[in-house]
Amino acid sequence: MSVLVYAESDQGIIKKIAQELISYGRALADQLGTTLYVAVMADVGTQNLAQYGAQQIVHIEHEALQSFSADAFAQAIAQSAKSVEAEVVLVSSSANSRYLAPMLAVGLDAAYVPNCTQLPLSTSPFQVTHSVYTNKAEATTEMTSAVKLIGLAKNAFGVSHFEGTAQTTSLTPDLNPSKCHVSATDRATDKVMIADAEIVVSAGRGLKGPENWHLIEDLAEVLGAATACSKPVSDLGWRPHSEHVGQTGKPVASNLYIAIGISGAIQHLAGINSSKVKVVINTDPEAPFFKAADYGIVGDAFDVVPELIEKLKQFKTLNA
Amino acid sequence: MEGIVYLYNEIKRVQNNSFPMKILVCISHVPDTTSKINFTDNNTKFDQNGVQYVINPNDEFGLTRALWFKEQQGASVHVITVGDAQCEPTLRKALAIGADEAIRVAVPATDGLVVAKALAQIVSEDDYDLIIAGRESLDYNGGMVPGMLAQLTGFAFVNTCIKLDIDHGKALAVREIDGGKETIEVALPLVIGGQKGLVEESDLRIPNMRGIMQARSKPLHVKELTPVASTATTLSYEKPAPKEAVTLVSGVDELIDLLHKEAKVL
Ligand SMILES: Cc1cc2nc3c(=O)[nH]c(=O)nc-3n(C[C@H](O)[C@H](O)[C@H](O)COP(=O)(O)OP(=O)(O)OC[C@H]3O[C@@H](n4cnc5c(N)ncnc54)[C@H](O)[C@@H]3O)c2cc1C
Repeated sequence: MSVLVYAESDQGIIKKIAQELISYGRALADQLGTTLYVAVMADVGTQNLAQYGAQQIVHIEHEALQSFSADAFAQAIAQSAKSVEAEVVLVSSSANSRYLAPMLAVGLDAAYVPNCTQLPLSTSPFQVTHSVYTNKAEATTEMTSAVKLIGLAKNAFGVSHFEGTAQTTSLTPDLNPSKCHVSATDRATDKVMIADAEIVVSAGRGLKGPENWHLIEDLAEVLGAATACSKPVSDLGWRPHSEHVGQTGKPVASNLYIAIGISGAIQHLAGINSSKVKVVINTDPEAPFFKAADYGIVGDAFDVVPELIEKLKQFKTLNA
Repeated sequence: MEGIVYLYNEIKRVQNNSFPMKILVCISHVPDTTSKINFTDNNTKFDQNGVQYVINPNDEFGLTRALWFKEQQGASVHVITVGDAQCEPTLRKALAIGADEAIRVAVPATDGLVVAKALAQIVSEDDYDLIIAGRESLDYNGGMVPGMLAQLTGFAFVNTCIKLDIDHGKALAVREIDGGKETIEVALPLVIGGQKGLVEESDLRIPNMRGIMQARSKPLHVKELTPVASTATTLSYEKPAPKEAVTLVSGVDELIDLLHKEAKVL
């Protein structure tokens, strides 16, 4: 019996969500009195994963796994889990993990509960809490399958630090070829992704038109933030769909979410509610966003945002 | 179940991939996005009081894309849901905007794996080329049924799909990834986890009178199955504690100071 984490990497570097997941896995392994195994793709090399809580590392080696392929990765992770007799398998909430997890669940004949927000309430019986109804509620679910697959919600646990080292073993999985062939990838490498961002700067119809988005981009740049928008802004073609956040767009669970000229409709709030600190800037003091925010400024974005950018630049120089 | 795909490939080889596609659209019947979320029976059941149900938005984009395949390439479109008779108006709505037939699988939708296994059973009894589901449903946010169904049937799977074209049994799908998108070439049979982008918001259809009348005479099959045992049982629900009131600040200096010293996010 053991716990296995699938730790995602990007070009050989362990992602921040994976560090968090390893720390969560370690806490769970301690709760169960067992060992934490961390499965990584071979290009991760010998990075020190023990500092996040890894006790054993499984290096997955196969040439078909050099770039992401959900069905091949799911097979490889399932075989790693079987090789260490994992009772609990953990994945993150990234787009790739959400893609492969259902296939992995079938491969392991495991119950799968995504969006878990904390450690299991109890491990015998095995009960987890997870968010449902787009963060409008939490559910407690009992998992009774022999192997359990858990998806950790974004930004729900934090990274812990450990001393010590971990042993590495290699595993070469036996893979059926992937059914999907990726023929082109188009990824902005210079932009902060909403999925990984600690800070998200988001704007709505209050910005009046796409020509004003330099304000949002400049603010995001000073903060090292990702940019996002409300649904009508993407439907109007002012911004790409990939920036649409909310119940029917991307979920946001950042440390700081700044909403500018967004009214705060229920569908918008549902998707961004698990952000830790929310700031609203809106001319209308009656805008529903003020009920959901931690800090608010009643004011015109066209006055407030330029000043905010300037003052933040000064703040950054002083606190550098 | 790999046998299903083998048989599928044999049939298509004989037919030379050139006949119209048969599409199954999986529909989840969910509370309208404006619904107040409450629970009853000591917080063990969703409170349906005053709640309007709709086609899950992600599924609606997929259904509309399927109807384009019908109009442009002569595909036939079936819609399916797993659940009790309360889901039927949602299936009728799908028929009213153009689907040909509907199937309701009379199995309680207790968890994602139970639903996926019920769907896989129906899929194995027919010869679908393409299954379009939504990336996730807005109630349980599981996002698991499409991928599980693909794995159970041996179909290929593309998730978070924002564009799909199919020609002679070959699909070109665009998938949203963190920070961008990728183009995938894949052969049918295929399961899609769809979302906005498959069609745009302005392409979605509202049933008209004629469609509603026609839907009444379109087939709605009810299939009885013995469900597999659930291995993930939700015991109770809880709503988040009410939020503290917002701190209104008068200026930018004060905001930066609070974010730095109090919230510690700068
Ligand atoms: C099924 C369904 C799903 C949906 N899903 C989503 C979703 O996922 N995400 C989403 O965002 N929406 C979603 N919506 C839409 C949602 O209901 C709202 O219509 C939308 O969020 C409003 O966008 P907005 O706040 O940008 O625009 P508006 O509601 O028009 O608000 C603009 C705000 O800007 C303020 N403003 C105007 N001028 C200024 C200025 N100069 N400075 C500062 N503030 C100013 C106004 O006071 C107003 O509050 C969905 C709707 C439906 C029906």
